[in-house]
Amino acid sequence: MRGTGDAAEAENDLRRRWVVSISAFDALIAADQKIENKDWMPDGYRESLIRQIAQHAHSEIMGMQPEAAWISRAPSLARKAVLIAKVQDEAGHGLYLYAVAETLGARREDLLDALHEGRQKYLSFINYPTLTWADVGALAWLTDGAAVVNQVSLCRTSYGPYGRALVRICREESFHHRQGFDLLHTLSRGTPAQRRSLQEAVDRWWQPALAMFGPPDSRSTHSASSMAWRIKRAGNDELRQRFVDLCVPQAEALGVRLPDPALRWNPERGHHDFTPPDYDELMRVVAGHGPRNRQRLAHRRRAHEEGAWVREAAAVHAAKQAAKQAAGQAGRQAAEWEAGRAAAPDDARAAARETGGPGEGWPLWEVFVRPRRGLGHAHAGSLQAPDAAVALHSARDLYTRREEGVSLWVVPSRSVTSSDPEQKEAYFAPAADKQYRHASSFPPPEGVEGL
Amino acid sequence: MTGLPEYLLGLGDDALVAAQRTAEWCAKAPQLEEEVALANLALDQLGQARAFLTYAGELEGEGRDEDALAFLRDEHEFRNVQLVELPNGDFAVTVAKTLFLAAYQNLLYTRLARAAEPRLAGIAAKAAKESAFHVSYASLWTVRLGDGTPLSHRRMRDAVEEVWPYTHELFEPWAPPEAGLDPAALRGPWLEVVGRALGEATLTRPQDGWAATGGRSGRHTEWFGLLLADMQSVHRAHVGARW
Repeated sequence: MRGTGDAAEAENDLRRRWVVSISAFDALIAADQKIENKDWMPDGYRESLIRQIAQHAHSEIMGMQPEAAWISRAPSLARKAVLIAKVQDEAGHGLYLYAVAETLGARREDLLDALHEGRQKYLSFINYPTLTWADVGALAWLTDGAAVVNQVSLCRTSYGPYGRALVRICREESFHHRQGFDLLHTLSRGTPAQRRSLQEAVDRWWQPALAMFGPPDSRSTHSASSMAWRIKRAGNDELRQRFVDLCVPQAEALGVRLPDPALRWNPERGHHDFTPPDYDELMRVVAGHGPRNRQRLAHRRRAHEEGAWVREAAAVHAAKQAAKQAAGQAGRQAAEWEAGRAAAPDDARAAARETGGPGEGWPLWEVFVRPRRGLGHAHAGSLQAPDAAVALHSARDLYTRREEGVSLWVVPSRSVTSSDPEQKEAYFAPAADKQYRHASSFPPPEGVEGL
Repeated sequence: MTGLPEYLLGLGDDALVAAQRTAEWCAKAPQLEEEVALANLALDQLGQARAFLTYAGELEGEGRDEDALAFLRDEHEFRNVQLVELPNGDFAVTVAKTLFLAAYQNLLYTRLARAAEPRLAGIAAKAAKESAFHVSYASLWTVRLGDGTPLSHRRMRDAVEEVWPYTHELFEPWAPPEAGLDPAALRGPWLEVVGRALGEATLTRPQDGWAATGGRSGRHTEWFGLLLADMQSVHRAHVGARW
């Protein structure tokens, strides 16, 4: 009987602690505070975030394809440079977002597997073809425009790391949107053939762009809980309306007709009325039955599979270096590997597991950037790398490509020791009642200066 | 004797075709971090190409801008070395091409930065910084692939051997007086830079044998026409259009 009593007591204790935790979490959400990665959070919150962030990351890297296809043919060198930079940003955005998912305990490798196996989705517009150069512009103007509307709202998400990544992404994304409009604007003042291709491309991309906001809130399976947890800050319908209202005057400036006969200003609502996208088509395309789903996914899988030997080589090299260092017998070890190159020694394999190792993905590194002389290094984000040298190179490309820094630190993520959020009170509350540490507690008498 | 405008075309074409090939990796790289790195390489090369071609067009004085030179010249009018036209192959071939080209460009640009001709020196000084990073990047990957797994070692070795015959062209006597240098003199320091990476990668320097030649006078590989056809297709389909 005693045992049962203990078990019941333990269960009660667990329940009490859960109630305390969820109350603290709910209070943070209600106060519009951010949740950080080590904070306690309900499983549903964590799962919703991982699902949404993964889908966002997948969309960034899958979205490279329809545009990358036009880099080689870009009709001017200036446009070629812009397009490479844009597609590069998308890889970077995917990377920032996978790193955010990793703060929640997901691994980039598992998320990529889920993408490759069709278990996780990406935005449906990517499954449409880019038929002409004008499509490159229309895709950027409309789908990046929609993405900006969506992401600006998401910058206020309750999950801190996601919000910070989004601020960076939005800053970069507004360039995507602008350059797309600029490309189209040039076409709009061009030859009859250019103007015709412009209109045709806008006709093709209007519906897919509208569909990017997802199903109406009434049919969205995740909207309600995501809104309650403030993962999302605005509903699908509201954002779609905002997007349409923004596009109408821009379309006029381009001299293009948005392909919707029902599109007109409604003075009573103070918004444009428009025909909602075909949600059945959206669902079909999301389910894998769009014009380019198969090719896009196959392309992505092929790139991943063909890169496996490179990732493995770098991991094995890092392991050898680590083992060399550990053994402190660099010369002899190197000679051994030289002689029997068929297999790395066991300690190299052990080190490979330690550093990530073949098939495990590269380990994660935290990146710190000194923005300019005189300032300290501040955390910029993270990345995967097999070793410190590669990490530094990647950090330079990823976090300073817009003149954001003059010095870099990279630190293995597993080397960071963090204070425990459970101990937050014990650590940080006692400072609160010691106001005597602040000069402001000692107002000088009137007329006394220099204190 | 090579004139300065033609020389600038050669430098510009090397960079342009290298950029075109490197950018083919977009959305195909072995790892997301490498997507970003390879795109940076391509953007640096493209930037150099634009600077050199623009200057070449101005010196020529026939009203050709960077786009006219990039999109409206035919195969035999391009002055790039054949090295940069070679197909990308696997990642090891791309790394080998990048290492060999960047090591040469870095040495060349560093010297051209001291040229008496100020505009040439200015473009070269900026490009030298970029190519220094490219050498570092390509060396790093040469070492990791060469001294990685048995498979990656074999692929890196094969890549070095495949590309090596195309490196001799870089040092052919082809420079105007304004450049103030003898390309052949770059080969010694180039072998040192490349040799260091190969050594650390547990690879040996291939024997010199058959050497590709002809790019500087407009004779190219069978792959080059396809590259140009693709690159120039949209521009040429709309004669006189602005983009």
